[in-house]
Amino acid sequence: MALSDVSLDIGKGEFVSFIGPSGCGKTTLLRAIADLEQPSSGTLTVNGLSPREARESRSYGYVFQAPALYPWRTIEKNVALPLEIMGYTREQQAERVARTLDLVNLKGFEQRFPWQLSGGMQQRASIARALAFDADLLLMDEPFGALDEIVRDHLNAELLKLWARTSKTIAFVTHSIPEAVFLSTKIVVMSPRPGRVTDIIVSDLPPERPLDIRETPEFLRLAARVRDGLRAGHAYEE
Amino acid sequence: MRGWLTVSRFGPLLIVLLGLGIIWYLAALWLNIPAQYGIYQRADVTEWSTPQLIGDAWSQQKPKLPAPHQIIAEMWQETTGYALNDKKSLIFHGWITLSATLYGFVSGTLLGIGLAIAIVLNRATNRSLMPWIIASQAVPILAIAPMIVVIGYNVMAGALDLPTDAARLVSKAVISAYLAFFPVTVGMVKGLRSPEIIQLDLMRTYNASAAQTFWKLRWPSAMPFLFTSMKVAIAAAVIGTVVGELPTGATGGIGARLLSGSQFGQTLQIWAALFAASALSALLVIIVGVAERLVFARMGVKP
Repeated sequence: MALSDVSLDIGKGEFVSFIGPSGCGKTTLLRAIADLEQPSSGTLTVNGLSPREARESRSYGYVFQAPALYPWRTIEKNVALPLEIMGYTREQQAERVARTLDLVNLKGFEQRFPWQLSGGMQQRASIARALAFDADLLLMDEPFGALDEIVRDHLNAELLKLWARTSKTIAFVTHSIPEAVFLSTKIVVMSPRPGRVTDIIVSDLPPERPLDIRETPEFLRLAARVRDGLRAGHAYEE
Repeated sequence: MRGWLTVSRFGPLLIVLLGLGIIWYLAALWLNIPAQYGIYQRADVTEWSTPQLIGDAWSQQKPKLPAPHQIIAEMWQETTGYALNDKKSLIFHGWITLSATLYGFVSGTLLGIGLAIAIVLNRATNRSLMPWIIASQAVPILAIAPMIVVIGYNVMAGALDLPTDAARLVSKAVISAYLAFFPVTVGMVKGLRSPEIIQLDLMRTYNASAAQTFWKLRWPSAMPFLFTSMKVAIAAAVIGTVVGELPTGATGGIGARLLSGSQFGQTLQIWAALFAASALSALLVIIVGVAERLVFARMGVKP
């Protein structure tokens, strides 16, 4: 069993981070929400629907740890993939691809193939792909985990702007404390074996967050509380 | 980019070719000189120099092992010396073999792809078909080819009343397809299963249908596997056709040339036919390779 006794509400338009060490079930939770995995017991509802119904009504934009772009498709065609599957017309596809590539600052790279882009750009393309259709919920599983710190900072700032512009609900898995505090309106601290929630922290940081907010006392206080929560989850093991 | 004719590209190849040539010419001496003594004896030649002996051993009418230049001369003669519809023309026979090979290759590839799709998309067919497919290749083709040719020819020319040429062509193509489908099935099963889990998960989050997942993910993922197995398949298809031409006194095709050459002790003819078969195989493999490059270029594969 990867998870037990997890009880949580995510409100519309929230940015919720799940943080915890490996094995705490944060990815499993995200996959259960997306109906990629079935919980053995308990209830999970997404806008009043079961995860399966929500998936069938195409409520999820999922961003994986790796970009998972299809190498034989250009960036433009990769972003259009969900639109083709969901039956958007050619005009709608073109309009949405242009709009979302603009959102993630990939204008001008439409005709490139994935291998011609850096890792950070590929991950931005995969975010564009998740944004291209009207998903209610953006699920992001350590999307910047494989990227270096500088690129990561940059993409975190961009993601915040994107969230402000699209007002999507985002569930974001990470194991970086600064990333979780910087991005979230709500931070869910988890601990392993069995995976459970040790703390839920509602952030009081302002919506407008420049990168240097990370040096303010409010930020550091929140980071300390997350760290305490992570430590509490580990205490019985040492 | 380096040119096509740079030494670094062809140098090693030429060295191997040169080495093989030397071994070949020496082996020809070793095998043909004993017979040359007999030839001299019958012709009442009592004195000869060593260079003369060597020269004669490399230019016999029916050598045990023909020298490379003899084979090339024979091929030149057989390809250019006769009209294209002459039974002595190697091009005439090559065309017969090529046409059956292409029918066999195309139908074998289609069959192979169809079986692979059935296996990948359905667990029951996976369990029930795969052992039979593997068993099919454990049967020696030399044993089963004559039966296919004889039964196939008789059924089609007799019961179905097909023209004899068409009946011959189809029965050879069946053997060719029998050999060609296997690498395609094995390769495509692997290829259609090659997408990564997250690529498949992505399709699931879009609630894509099985057909959409197949055409937008599994099929393109399988392309490298398809072309690799088609290269194996087309070479096997040539072998299948030639084997199909060996029995039942087939009158046309490279296999028939091999057979009649061996019946009349015409070693030059046998070797010329052998070289023609391998040249045909090589050419077909190259054509598949070119098609592969064109498709990969369209798919944006990193050069």
